[in-house]
Amino acid sequence: MDFIALLAIQILYAIASLALISIGLAIIFGMMRVINLAHGEFLMLGGYAAIVATSHGVSIWIAMLLVAPLVVGMIGIVVERTIIRFLYGRIIDTMLATWGLSLFLVGLTTAIFGNTTVGISAPLGSFEIGAYRASAYTLFVIAVAIVVLAGVFSVLRWTRLGLIARGTMQNANMAAALGVKPPRVYAVTFGVGAALSGLAGGVLAPVSGVFPTIGVAYIAKSFITVIGGGAAIVTGTASASALFGAVNQIATFATTPVFGEVALLAAAILLIRVLPQGITGRFFRRGI
Amino acid sequence: MNARALNAAGLVAVGAIGLAYLILTPRLADLDTVLELTVYMVMAILALSLALVWGYGGILCFGQSAFFGLGAYTYAIAMFNIGESTVPFLLAIALPAAFAALLGYFMFYGRISDVYLGVITLTVTLILFNSVNSTAGPEFHIGAARLGGFNGIPGIPSLNIPGDRGTPIDLEGMFYLSTATLLATYFGLRLLLASRFGRIIVGIRENERRAELLGYDPRAYKLATFTIGAALAGLAGCLFANWGSFVSPTIFGLSQSAQIIIWVIVGGRGTLIGPILGCVGIQWLSASLGANQPSGSESSWASLLSNAPLILGAILIAFVLLAPKGLAPTLGDWGQKLLRPRARKAHASVEPMPVGKE
Repeated sequence: MDFIALLAIQILYAIASLALISIGLAIIFGMMRVINLAHGEFLMLGGYAAIVATSHGVSIWIAMLLVAPLVVGMIGIVVERTIIRFLYGRIIDTMLATWGLSLFLVGLTTAIFGNTTVGISAPLGSFEIGAYRASAYTLFVIAVAIVVLAGVFSVLRWTRLGLIARGTMQNANMAAALGVKPPRVYAVTFGVGAALSGLAGGVLAPVSGVFPTIGVAYIAKSFITVIGGGAAIVTGTASASALFGAVNQIATFATTPVFGEVALLAAAILLIRVLPQGITGRFFRRGI
Repeated sequence: MNARALNAAGLVAVGAIGLAYLILTPRLADLDTVLELTVYMVMAILALSLALVWGYGGILCFGQSAFFGLGAYTYAIAMFNIGESTVPFLLAIALPAAFAALLGYFMFYGRISDVYLGVITLTVTLILFNSVNSTAGPEFHIGAARLGGFNGIPGIPSLNIPGDRGTPIDLEGMFYLSTATLLATYFGLRLLLASRFGRIIVGIRENERRAELLGYDPRAYKLATFTIGAALAGLAGCLFANWGSFVSPTIFGLSQSAQIIIWVIVGGRGTLIGPILGCVGIQWLSASLGANQPSGSESSWASLLSNAPLILGAILIAFVLLAPKGLAPTLGDWGQKLLRPRARKAHASVEPMPVGKE
């Protein structure tokens, strides 16, 4: 019984971390049809922002929840203004340019921070489930994921900002005719997506540590989640995270973490063969 | 001089320069240079594989290094188990091709879009990298070959004269073999692209819907192109494993994948000579910046100037923003304008042209 509770928490954690690392990418891709291959590096920068701020005496909570998203959000807006905005409508070229950006950022952070892992210890300590101990930080990550998904959903569904964003996403020309400026919507969207990536990177930094090439570890999983999820941003991310996170964690429990990742990929390729439009291409089609 | 004659003259020129280079280099250059040039030739074959798949087939494969790495690993593992190089050589081509056929079936027959295709090939590469990286323990072996995980597989026996395991090919022989293979690949691809098959895959790249309405099945043609490209990448991987007698998981890595893309985009999509020149040029640049390792290993992190990712990333961004067509088509346009203002029109079928611009 204790073991099942522990397993359940681990599965929930796997789902939550997948959702966290994917939501920023899902927003940028879902709203702007821009594939941001530098997404993993945004997460990495979020981690560095949190760690550097913490080592300068900022409270770890402020560093993770405030500094990381702000810093990466600003970087995101700069990237949008200097690179992405010239490439709208050229999906392939955006992918290539953001891949170049990804390499560039890896090179830059290596030059600044060196090719070593830095970390901060996870706060909150641990709690006991019967004979097992689990980190309380795990529960915090799950809570952050729930709050972020609920927040993005609420903003998109019930605010004027969300309405404008959804309108621009559906038909940019029509939105422009009604007085919205699509370039501004895109810049803000990209910034918000980057900020959420920074938040995820900051929150996960105590778990995994941060090093310049850590983006590689995130990017494959987050892309698979976004593709598997399909068009609806929040519902898609949540449902794909639930599926892939569970597959990954159960396979990891049964065998090794590496095989868990292989199982995740295999599940994703099969899913895309069966549902080319992603989960929300078939189910929850009216979701956000 | 019409376009056809120009084309033939170009072919003859490439052939003559290639032959002269093949025969003269080992006689004029010292052994170090010959070794260096050998790996450039091997990588140029890899560049050609993506030039076919992406430049002509229009399939944006971000994971060409997966097939390259598979070829290298297949050769190494088979070589330790068999000892005679004919079968490992063939396996190093066949296995990546089979893997590509399987992967391609899911991607092309699933009719996923170009974008997803790029992401999936990238993901497959990363998963392969992670999987092979984690096989360091002695329990991971295939027959007599230990996989070695992140340490890689050292001391891979080199190719021998087919059927005669006592006569391995020496360093100079490797240069001849690699260069001859590159030339054969180049001319083979020219032939392939001039054939009916080549015309159809270019047609599909230009307008998939139209090609399909004319009765061609884009899925099958794309699958075939993808598989041929993977076979070529596997061949390059086999030669690469020979060149250094060493493979490590970094050849599956992201920077290796990125390099191949950069060679093609710098050289020019929709040409064959461009990616070869782009590959040699970028490798030479990396080498002179002090980042000699083709897959970006530890020592390339030494200083900012030799910071390969930083430089390569900047090059990639710059080319996408400023010269998305790449060098060869741009230079080719200028050349043809100089020779004959109207020649370009007759030549258009092998030039990249965005859909909807015809």
